[in-house]
Amino acid sequence: MALNQDFLGKVYPAGPAYEVGREKIREFAIAIGDMNPAYHDVATAQALGHRDVIAPPTFPFVVSMRASAAAMFDPGLGLDYSRVVHGEQRFAYVRPVTAGDDLVVVTTIENIRVAAGNDILTTRSDISTVDGEPVVTTWAVTVARGTAEGTA
Amino acid sequence: MSASVAWSDVEVGTQLPALTVRLQRVNLVMYAGASGDFNPIHWNQRFAQAVGLPDVIAHGMLTMASAGRVVTDWVGDPGAVVEYGVRFTRPVVVPDDDRGATLEISAVVGDKREDNLVRVDITAKFDDATVLGKAQALVRLP
Repeated sequence: MALNQDFLGKVYPAGPAYEVGREKIREFAIAIGDMNPAYHDVATAQALGHRDVIAPPTFPFVVSMRASAAAMFDPGLGLDYSRVVHGEQRFAYVRPVTAGDDLVVVTTIENIRVAAGNDILTTRSDISTVDGEPVVTTWAVTVARGTAEGTA
Repeated sequence: MSASVAWSDVEVGTQLPALTVRLQRVNLVMYAGASGDFNPIHWNQRFAQAVGLPDVIAHGMLTMASAGRVVTDWVGDPGAVVEYGVRFTRPVVVPDDDRGATLEISAVVGDKREDNLVRVDITAKFDDATVLGKAQALVRLP
């Protein structure tokens, strides 16, 4: 079943804030095998001009995942979650996510299309501080394999 | 972490120091825990094979994070990254053995722009095949 085009442009408002902690950043950096001191050592991060330790470039996906799931699992959209794969991911940074940030995410369904029998969904998540300072925008492309039946 | 690279020292075609990343099952378990992505295709062989995969596969976001390190190691300050994007073109299969999967990450400066920006084009290979498409980072150098 093709995705419901009526959902194009739908906006999912921000939920509770994500509080970015130093130990979470360190845990994530260790999990990706990255010992860059900017992620681990406050003094090094501050010497580079950051307020506190910063998060690796792909960390914002952790912050946006819950919000974009709200879009992907929106019942009326019709995405067959059993067949989805992560097709693309992109980040555009205003500044790095930093320990001490309280972040909120607004997710928008930016594109819905069909290619080679696959349903392809693009969500954009705008991540900002609770005070309204933009931090990073992420785009996730989700592909549901072979679900766009009847469309050649 | 290398010393920081200056924009004036970089040309289109400049190669970044390459990186070899080994991913074993423990790394996938650690990434699942740290990221909150507990999709069983990343830790449960029985489940992965039931949905048609050869074995457990790495999280795409773990591959993306590993590949991005070739850029952040080079610039020193990860805050220099202005944009980073990839397409996931092939899964990285991680067997339950002592070797795991080996990613070979290389990168080259693909474009040099105003405002001290450079575009870095990243290649990530597993089993001699690329696993990321159009993997590019835009970085602002001093």
